[in-house]
Amino acid sequence: MTYIAERTSVSSIMLKVLFALLPAISAYVLYFGPSILVNIALATLTAVVCEALILKMRNYPVQPFLLDGSAVVTAWLLALSTPPLAPWWLIVTGTAFAIVVAKHLYGGLGSNPFNPAMVGYAVMIISFPVQMTQWVAPEMLALHHLSFSQELHYIFGGLLPDGLRLDAITSATPLDTLRTQLKQQHTLSEIRQLPIFGYLGGKGGEMVALWYWVGGLYLWQQRIITWHVPVALVGGLAITATFFHVYDADRFVTPLFHVFTGGVMLGAFFIATDPVTGPTTPKGKLIFGAGIGFLTYLIRTFGGYPDGIAFSILIMNICVPLIDTYTQPRVFGHQDKKKQNVP
Amino acid sequence: MRALDTFHGGVHPPQHKDESSTRPIAVAPVPSRLVVPLQQHIGMIAKPLVKAGDRVLKGQMIGQAEGFISVSIHAPTSGHVTAVDMQSIPHPSGLPGMCVSIHPDGRDEWIEHAPIDFRNMDPSALRNYLRDAGVVGLGGAVFPCFIKLNPGPKQKIDMLILNGAECEPWITCDDMLMRERAAEIVRGIEIMRHILQPAEILIGIEDNKPEAIAAMRAACALTDFAIDVVAVPTIYPGGGAKQLTQVLTGKEVPSGGLPTDIGVQSFNVATAYTLHRAVNFGEPVISRIVTITGNVAQPQNFEALIGTPIEELVHLAGGAKGDTNGYILGGPMMGFKLPSPSAPLVKAANCVIASSPELFKPAPRAVPCIRCGRCAEACPVELQPMDLYWFSQAKNFGKAQEYNLFDCIECGCCDYVCPSHIPLVQYFRFSKSEIWAHEKEKRAADLARERHEFLLFRQEREKKEKAEKLAQKTAAAKATPTTEGGTEADAKKAAILAAVERAKAKKADAAPKNMENLPPQAQQQIEEIEVRRAKMKEQLHAQNQQEP
Repeated sequence: MTYIAERTSVSSIMLKVLFALLPAISAYVLYFGPSILVNIALATLTAVVCEALILKMRNYPVQPFLLDGSAVVTAWLLALSTPPLAPWWLIVTGTAFAIVVAKHLYGGLGSNPFNPAMVGYAVMIISFPVQMTQWVAPEMLALHHLSFSQELHYIFGGLLPDGLRLDAITSATPLDTLRTQLKQQHTLSEIRQLPIFGYLGGKGGEMVALWYWVGGLYLWQQRIITWHVPVALVGGLAITATFFHVYDADRFVTPLFHVFTGGVMLGAFFIATDPVTGPTTPKGKLIFGAGIGFLTYLIRTFGGYPDGIAFSILIMNICVPLIDTYTQPRVFGHQDKKKQNVP
Repeated sequence: MRALDTFHGGVHPPQHKDESSTRPIAVAPVPSRLVVPLQQHIGMIAKPLVKAGDRVLKGQMIGQAEGFISVSIHAPTSGHVTAVDMQSIPHPSGLPGMCVSIHPDGRDEWIEHAPIDFRNMDPSALRNYLRDAGVVGLGGAVFPCFIKLNPGPKQKIDMLILNGAECEPWITCDDMLMRERAAEIVRGIEIMRHILQPAEILIGIEDNKPEAIAAMRAACALTDFAIDVVAVPTIYPGGGAKQLTQVLTGKEVPSGGLPTDIGVQSFNVATAYTLHRAVNFGEPVISRIVTITGNVAQPQNFEALIGTPIEELVHLAGGAKGDTNGYILGGPMMGFKLPSPSAPLVKAANCVIASSPELFKPAPRAVPCIRCGRCAEACPVELQPMDLYWFSQAKNFGKAQEYNLFDCIECGCCDYVCPSHIPLVQYFRFSKSEIWAHEKEKRAADLARERHEFLLFRQEREKKEKAEKLAQKTAAAKATPTTEGGTEADAKKAAILAAVERAKAKKADAAPKNMENLPPQAQQQIEEIEVRRAKMKEQLHAQNQQEP
């Protein structure tokens, strides 16, 4: 046991992760309205209450474990993956499932094999697909704006102002639009003319993605995450997308579009980098990230769900023990395995 | 400029070197009492040569080296032996050790001693001399020096490395030694060079010690052979022998191997100094330079006699401040809390740090590992401490070994960076000791099993032999014609009689005839074997009970 130590703690790591999310949340509010904040508040409250209750049930000291902040990180990540105008019980159910089942029933902090936020997301999208796809249209595209109190009415009571239909405030996501338009035999160049698309991905969403990226760079600079997973994830996705795009540019959208739409940036920097559910070796992180990128492309392009990042992360989570086992680095003073075989 | 390599990981803890390096080395006076442990080195404990009441002279051998890996122990000053018994010693276990206690008579009277002519001396005689002078590595491992100076006829030493890195925070004894006694260190290197005949000699010093580097360079410029004083980057654990070797040569000491396997031998600079004193002055190792720092009024380095109570040294450094809550022997990374401040100074003790809650904050409560991997980033051996921790916690020792637990140098870098405040090295030490204990038990069990198997084999063999004998006999009986007019009843009777005879013979056979009238020596041996057997059985029994 050393008598000195670096001044770090799990809490400070989690706080930095939350801090790194703030720019993207601000951009979210700017482009999609303040209802996301309601979602974040609901998720945080649910997470803290569930965490406290289950810690108590497991006879753990509640305060120190609650203060580690990991439950709040899960809550925020889940809220950011959920449509902001979803009914209140949706995010509450998802968060409760994430904390109670995905985290604590698997052993709690440090022991859960699957990313709790992604488990929560998977539960929500499988159980409530309708509510999970009612995304708010970006402010510049919406036909009608709700005031904050109207948003609260809708989230908690499901009531829209008289004469207003849901279509007026929501829209399909860029990935959804792409999918349905492609099915209707439109070419990509035609589809990209639709107002929902921006420079990189979808309007609004691409800016939020950019801020996720900035937050991720901060985490990397603070040594909370390493470059391996984000680079491999974006690389794996981009390389696969490039391959298909070159094969048929009219049917397969550009790699840049893929990288800046949906949950890729959030996933690459904040979710796939979760140390508990990811591999620990540098080589393993590269395999893990690239696998997520590749699977995301496959699910998006050939699968039944509009975005594949959550399922890809969960699938790669299962592979982590295997990846870690086969990517152990060479230990000091040990012969390189390859060299050893050479006489 | 020499191209330097780097090693993986490492940490940069606050240095805290200036506290004690601003004052020169002071010579500590002879203390009121001396307690000299008979084991201050790796290997066999020295055999005591004195008993309570004996008068000893300064430098007189009071413990003799026993076995191949061992060195002798000497009286640090003249006086009377008051006791040869178990005393509190500075050891992480906190267990007492065999010590010779001396009451100094204040005369500090030397035993007859003289320099030796190492250049015209038989190498093995020189090595024996060094063993009897108690010269050990002063970098921390206290391995007998004479063994390292005997790499064997097949090993060619290309490079001799002098370790002056002193990478742990707070410690400055090597720094001050190099600043003040550079010429003497070089004289010691001269002796090493004579014995090892290396092609190249390097002194590695971390670049946070510019004065020491300058002093060593100046001293090395005066020699008639080349010594390269190399400034190495300041990073913990850059002073680890394997790490320094890698930085200087780019070569890795193979796992489980010795530096000599890659043609390198390394010594601490303080070892070179004591070697010089031993050879050129005939003085055995009876003192060392130790840093007294931390929560004391005047942190300073002292040249103190081995066996000096550490509390007296703390007193010389102005005394411990009021909020002192213990003493760390060694640095804050690898050191340990002294069981008592009255414990004696030993050859391995390079530093004593008075600790206070302010200087060394108590570790916060450990929380679960989140596999962040910082420990793996910091590990200079490129282990995966979070995996080793997982296996240690699960007592999955086989897996821990598979993940190279025994390559861990226990430097503490993983502890230092862990955001969950897990005392990782403690877990690793626990696993290592469990594995050692298990191996020992396994060896004992193997022996017992072999014996048991032999017993079964012997019983089987005897049975077979008897069956054969019986078969022969019945065959013989059948072959001989029955007595005239013999009836079946007669035959039966005869058979019964024969059986009774056989049973009698068997009984006689079973009694161990060869155990009668044994000479007393053999009898004693047998008894001893019986005692050992009983013990072994007990052990096995205990073991079986532990793991049903």
